[in-house]
Amino acid sequence: MTASFEELRLEGVSRSFSGNAALADLDLTIRRGEFIALLGPSGCGKSTALNCLAGLLPLTGGRIWCDDTRLDTLPPEKRGFGMVFQNYALFPHLSVWRNIAFGLQMRRLPRAEIRKRVDDAVHLVRLKEHVAKLPGQLSGGQQQRVAIARAVVLEPSLVLMDEPLSNLDAKLRLEMRTEIRRLHQTLGLTTVYVTHDQEEALSLADRLVVLRDGKVQQIGPPEEVHTRPVNKYVADFMGYRNLVLMQASTVEGGRVTVTGHGLTLVGTPVGDIEPGDAVVVGVRPEDLRIGDVVEDGPAAVVEVVEYQGREVAVEARTASGIELHLRTDRRPAPGDRIGIAVDPRRLLVFPAGPDS
Amino acid sequence: MSRVSLRHRLAERGIDRNLLLLLPAAVFVLTLFIYPFFYGVGLSFQPKRGGPLGAYREFFTDAYLRDTVWTTLRLSLPAALLNVLASVPIALRMRGRFRGRRLVTTILVVPITLGTVLTAQGLLNFLGPTGWFNRILMSVRIVDTPVSLTHNYWGVFLSLVITGFPFAFLLVLSYLSGIDPTLERAAATLGAGRWQRFRRITLPLLAPGLATTFCLTFVLAFSVFPSAVLVGDPSGTTRVISIAAYDAAYVKYDYALASAVAVVMGVVELVVIATVLGGRSLLYTGSTSGGKG
Repeated sequence: MTASFEELRLEGVSRSFSGNAALADLDLTIRRGEFIALLGPSGCGKSTALNCLAGLLPLTGGRIWCDDTRLDTLPPEKRGFGMVFQNYALFPHLSVWRNIAFGLQMRRLPRAEIRKRVDDAVHLVRLKEHVAKLPGQLSGGQQQRVAIARAVVLEPSLVLMDEPLSNLDAKLRLEMRTEIRRLHQTLGLTTVYVTHDQEEALSLADRLVVLRDGKVQQIGPPEEVHTRPVNKYVADFMGYRNLVLMQASTVEGGRVTVTGHGLTLVGTPVGDIEPGDAVVVGVRPEDLRIGDVVEDGPAAVVEVVEYQGREVAVEARTASGIELHLRTDRRPAPGDRIGIAVDPRRLLVFPAGPDS
Repeated sequence: MSRVSLRHRLAERGIDRNLLLLLPAAVFVLTLFIYPFFYGVGLSFQPKRGGPLGAYREFFTDAYLRDTVWTTLRLSLPAALLNVLASVPIALRMRGRFRGRRLVTTILVVPITLGTVLTAQGLLNFLGPTGWFNRILMSVRIVDTPVSLTHNYWGVFLSLVITGFPFAFLLVLSYLSGIDPTLERAAATLGAGRWQRFRRITLPLLAPGLATTFCLTFVLAFSVFPSAVLVGDPSGTTRVISIAAYDAAYVKYDYALASAVAVVMGVVELVVIATVLGGRSLLYTGSTSGGKG
């Protein structure tokens, strides 16, 4: 059993399934009390990483250290981590109370202590009036709360959450997100959270780990990953919906001028870019502004306008046929000709190479 | 207005013209099963002598007939229990995917396709006094005289296990694969070892299925006839109830007595099944998945 740790180190953790690497060389150090989000599209290896941490999948390479104890050779029941599963995995034949008490009973704690801790956990997730029910009699959100209570009642040194909100409707998802954040703030439990939802990851985590095809792309705090993605894949995943293949023409003083599709734009280079290189230009819809139509300036014709509450999402097409997504509080009409303006700091220019 | 709403209300309860499609099957069941059943029950109350209950009185006063109930239960209950109990660990091992799984399943299931007569013949050859089994035992000097495993209780018992096990195994395997595998993983992360995971999670969810499996294999074993004659001792230790019924019907031509034996057979089966299912209803029998999936 691991009581608590200062640092949990993953060294070159790898897992392959019949020769195909699902997770390759994951290096990560998790500090006590941290909230880490593993983020990536489906099939990126994030759930594999979580299962490796939990001990449900043996590693095919690398080691996991809990301070100075080697962890990856221990079976799941000896690791003392709490896990919240995507489908909750509540025991259908046990009442809410017994579900939550299960882990404590497995540890053979005195009956009085079990009762007290389960009652506290039930109180924490606000399920007092449902303790005698079976999981099948609860709503999705309530089942979710039971699953969380069952994992945290053991006060585990690490809580693992595998897309816990993906089966909930939009409103409940927001509520539970706040709830998870609140729990993390109250209990201070170290958490590793797997999700494919960038917004969820940004709002919950202290640090993000962005994965793609089993490889780490970027590790950093939410602001950093959000504003300075290291490559075009991370940018794509973090909401840079406008990704356009262009060519660098001049590079100087932290600014790069790119041309292509009849457009000339100025942006910020990310990585090594030489004049003449093929580049991918990334910009978020909310960083594209509608300006006046100027001679030789970038312009586009509005095609689709979607009302989204405070803002409208606009899909426009340039003369050369590139589709642009932008968000604005103005309300253009389909067919309008608009000028496009963008802050060079918000226009990121990535090398176009296959990988970087 | 009221006619329309009546038809709607009936349709809501599933009563509409599609129901007519059930008719052929209903007629089939009625003529080939229910009618002969009641005919047989009626026949059992019309013996040649002794009033309406004469056949039953004869059955329960004649020890040679009465004891067939115990003989059959002594064979079928342990055989059914062993089939179910042996299926559980094997089905647990066979749950996941592994190389050669289909081959192993095929081998386990083959006895179903063989039929009892072929199984009996195999048993006689294999376990008989000069069969391989005894020859091997004697050649390595574990025993001096052949172990008697045919033409007695054990021959029939083994035959019941060989033919009943595949049924039990297939049923248990399908019940087991209906249990969400993440439940056991969840239990593991909560600190439950292998045995506790089985006892606290898998077994309670599997138990209703085991009860049903037990009932089905029991019914199969209870009506044992060919192997009781071929590898058993049909006039002594394995004189099972179906042999008594056969004797009454085709040796003595006493159809009333034969029908009475058949009714007793059915009642005994019903009592065992009702007991098992009564116990089953005390168990959790709901969903075996861990939540929304």
